[in-house]
Amino acid sequence: MAEKEVTLMKGNEAIAHAAIRCGCDGYFGYPITPQSEVLETLAAEKPWETTGMVVLQAESEVASINMVYGGAASGKKVMTSSSSPGISLMQEGISYMAGAELPALIVNVSRGGPGLGTIQPSQADYFQTVKGGGHGDYRLITLAPASVQEMADFVDLAFELAFKYRNPAMILSDGAIGQMMEKVVLPPFKPRRTEEEIAKQCPWATTGRIGMRKPNIITSLELRSEEMEQNNLRIQAKYRECEKNEVRYEEYKCEDAEYLIVAFGSAARIAKKVIAIAREEGLKVGLLRPITLWPFPTKKIGELGRKMKGILSLEINAGQMVEDVRAAVEYSVPVRWYGRLGGIIPEPEEVVNELKKMTL
Amino acid sequence: MTKEEIIRPENLVYRKPELLNDVPMHYCPGCSHGVVHKLVSEVIAEMGMADKTIAISPVGCAVFAYKYIDVDWQEAAHGRAPALASAVKRLWPDRLVFTYQGDGDLACIGTAETIHALNRGENITIIFINNAIYGMTGGQMAPTTLIGMKTVTCPYGRDPKLHGYPLKMADIAAQLEGTCYVTRQSVQNVASILKAKKAIRKAFEYSMKGLGSNLVEIVSTCNTNWRMSPEKANKWMEENMVPFYPLGDIKDKGKEL
Repeated sequence: MAEKEVTLMKGNEAIAHAAIRCGCDGYFGYPITPQSEVLETLAAEKPWETTGMVVLQAESEVASINMVYGGAASGKKVMTSSSSPGISLMQEGISYMAGAELPALIVNVSRGGPGLGTIQPSQADYFQTVKGGGHGDYRLITLAPASVQEMADFVDLAFELAFKYRNPAMILSDGAIGQMMEKVVLPPFKPRRTEEEIAKQCPWATTGRIGMRKPNIITSLELRSEEMEQNNLRIQAKYRECEKNEVRYEEYKCEDAEYLIVAFGSAARIAKKVIAIAREEGLKVGLLRPITLWPFPTKKIGELGRKMKGILSLEINAGQMVEDVRAAVEYSVPVRWYGRLGGIIPEPEEVVNELKKMTL
Repeated sequence: MTKEEIIRPENLVYRKPELLNDVPMHYCPGCSHGVVHKLVSEVIAEMGMADKTIAISPVGCAVFAYKYIDVDWQEAAHGRAPALASAVKRLWPDRLVFTYQGDGDLACIGTAETIHALNRGENITIIFINNAIYGMTGGQMAPTTLIGMKTVTCPYGRDPKLHGYPLKMADIAAQLEGTCYVTRQSVQNVASILKAKKAIRKAFEYSMKGLGSNLVEIVSTCNTNWRMSPEKANKWMEENMVPFYPLGDIKDKGKEL
């Protein structure tokens, strides 16, 4: 496939191709709908014969995430993907990675829950992703793609942020973005790092004691409370840095807007259609699309939101991000939530009706 | 004889292995872990692999193994060490990769990871300390606790009607196509220590030759939680553990090759 060539593919396939192209060292995963094409595409592409990337179907999501832990602890660029129930199984491993400060990529092509739920799209994993999920005080760098192109682009970006902050990063997508086919320009090929480059970039990594340097130990365990508090404070300081530097969002038709929709991923696509219909009817509506769900664009929503007559948090869940939107404007502006559940995608018309209620 | 004469190199008959750190161990006096740590340290050094070893420690008594053996270590979540090792070995094929796990970690919470890593034929070694009890958490029943054996969670003795049966992980491992070498050893006397060391060396060598996965079970003691003196624990192990977990090689595919 030539570079800059426009191709048509599913979001899940774009993830797989982008991983191979960005110099990923290893993928470890377990089948689950609606994300199985990631593993299937990698298996069909056989990157172990070209770039040397390892691809392994694990016995469970628990094993997958721990394989990622092992690979990341050795300085390699490793990833996994799954969907909601599988991501729940991975939470222990994600917490351990945050605790041991390991960079890795986890892709969640989420579906409706709770429980086994449905295989249809949902954004109900927002809380799980940005509020913890696993145990302990930690944060997960979270990118929310709204197109197949962003599925491809965010793979390398997520790795970059993960290594920059030595923290796991997640692409929080959903079954709609994972399954739909769109035009995409895949990123250019980047070689996998050499052993020397890994040792230089990750002097902490357990690669074996090259040149008999001091041993590296990767652990999240520290039984002395004073030391453990210091470990936590260091990690928290890192999170504050990340909040300062890495907030990403898209503003759409906000200049003259009187009402604001805040929506991410699939919901943001619906929001654009909603805005087109609403503006035809004379309702000045704009969109703020958080691209990073953590760090959340709190400041931006606070500044922009305060100028609005009302804000609608459009989510494909029962109202999760709405809490962060309300907090961002410090409850100074009316903030409503609208969404559908169980794998149902809201129709633009129902959202327009919801907007109209705000003008009453 | 002066002190200087005594410590001359030619008079050296025994020493701490180079890769065993000079720090106080948290293990109880009489515990088998110390001996096995020594053997692992010696084998790594003798193979010249100190700069090429990536070891994985478990959750359990050996959680701090990384403080004692002077190589690169990853500390795994409970039971997941074989998953970490699988990835590490595939990503670093020329490294010596092994896990060091107890019975609760390997044969209970990590059964799936253990069986699948072994069955995929990952070129790793699993060192399995079987002392039939949870040591770190204070002596609870393990998957390998013998029938009739008393622990704090089966204080009247393990009863199969209540608790099921002890699991023979090495025998299960030997049935798997992916395993190359499966052996059961012990470290209660000089002869058994020497045999155990040979077994560890063989397993490490097979893993470096890419012959498949290797399991070295060490039938061990936990004198503290068994509520015995170290000497009595060794005797009890020989009389009670060994008849159920017989010692020796169960499978050696490397020999045939």
